[in-house]
Amino acid sequence: MSNSEQLDFSYFPGCSMATTAAESNASLMKAARVLGFNLIELEDWNCCGSSSASTLCKDLALGMAARNLSLAPAGRPLVAMCPRCLLYLRRAQARLRQDPEIRRELEERWQRPIPLDLEIMHFLEVMARFGLDRLRQSVKRSLKGLKFVPYYGCTVFGPPDLEREKHYQGEMENILKVLEAQPLIGAYTHRCCGSFLSATDPELVTPLVNEIIDSAVAAGAHCLVTSCAMCQLNLEIRCSSRIKLPIFHFSEVLGLGLGAEDYEGWFIRHLVDPRPLLHNLALVA
Amino acid sequence: MSRTLPQAKTDAPMPAITPGERNRSLLAEVKKRSGTDFNRCFQCRSCANGCPFVQAMDHPPNAVLRLLQYGLDQQVLECNTIWVCVGCHTCSSQCPMAIDIAAVMDTLRLLAMERGAAIAKPNILDFHEEVLHSLQRYGRAHKLGIMWHYKLQTRRWFSDMDTGLKMLAHRKLELRPSRVQAIDEITGLFKCYWGESR
Repeated sequence: MSNSEQLDFSYFPGCSMATTAAESNASLMKAARVLGFNLIELEDWNCCGSSSASTLCKDLALGMAARNLSLAPAGRPLVAMCPRCLLYLRRAQARLRQDPEIRRELEERWQRPIPLDLEIMHFLEVMARFGLDRLRQSVKRSLKGLKFVPYYGCTVFGPPDLEREKHYQGEMENILKVLEAQPLIGAYTHRCCGSFLSATDPELVTPLVNEIIDSAVAAGAHCLVTSCAMCQLNLEIRCSSRIKLPIFHFSEVLGLGLGAEDYEGWFIRHLVDPRPLLHNLALVA
Repeated sequence: MSRTLPQAKTDAPMPAITPGERNRSLLAEVKKRSGTDFNRCFQCRSCANGCPFVQAMDHPPNAVLRLLQYGLDQQVLECNTIWVCVGCHTCSSQCPMAIDIAAVMDTLRLLAMERGAAIAKPNILDFHEEVLHSLQRYGRAHKLGIMWHYKLQTRRWFSDMDTGLKMLAHRKLELRPSRVQAIDEITGLFKCYWGESR
């Protein structure tokens, strides 16, 4: 295979990818290997702080995210798959750049430098910048006939305080079109999935999730493809509509297109089983 | 106002207020800490119309800004809007005046806790604190443990049980937590929230 040179990245999985979305992690690893991306897991990483630390205490949120930055070797970019992790890691870096005092304090605490010029990116950015040619050369399985709605969720586009950072509008479509899957327009693509309200107030979240899924059904989609593990979970567990569409992790669709055969282990973890769809479209044997 | 637009729950008229006579210390504090100047707000309601959760809020986001400007501090700090907001930033991205409304909500949550205001959605605060317990113990979020303790706290044992069971059946909830080895690098960080006691 002519996937030129291997590219090294530090990889921050985050709590969802390590547990509830282990199928996304497995498919990501598979796809990355085939594409020549070496994702090196950050050793002994901790939670990014999540919405909870960010809500309750800014210094705690900064500390949690900053420890991960202190673990990242300089010289190779840090890749995250979860948009919220990406946000909190970037926010911490921005604050450390502004506040040398806090940075010094944390560096002393851990006896390690925190690299401020570390590049922090979502895996979608890795694909957009380095992956398209590699993908074209490595496609093993055409996904022709698969109509999907790209569902980005609210965070990957970046809240205003980070708006000068990369936006990802359209990248999922560009990437999955290489696999001949067909993106659809006209559905909700970045409406909030409900986030932690799915745990605390599910009755508020179900109508929103139904609107998202129903909009995809109305657009004629077979499935949704998401770039966020929490969105994937909320869309699966909170949908009460009559028609429930399979919700793929972006990495799973990528993995399928790159010829993965061990997808059974991914799909048994879905609450809406995508296997009947893949069989009906004759995309898998 | 059109009936078809989603509305926040309160439509009862409020007593007359005289803005000039109000103390506006909260307003100044929110502006400073959120880094957001919302004097540009002209009440166009773009934030409210786009907010996915406005129907669960007692005041729409634009009204929260207005209450702040009027110096109605207690109503602001005790409204459920600030807790129902998950920070999806839809309001901030579509505000024509580029006001980061989500940052204002974020600051108001902190101020509500700091000033001892009545928390309008105590279950959400409980949930965030259970997540913190889990992070402090393991360095990572253990979802099964968080939901267990959250249920213990809120005594909502049977609500939503079927979802939990489905997640367990699909191996979505790990029984054992994933742990950080150097946990002592993390535990000290929590003092800034709990104080020295833990």
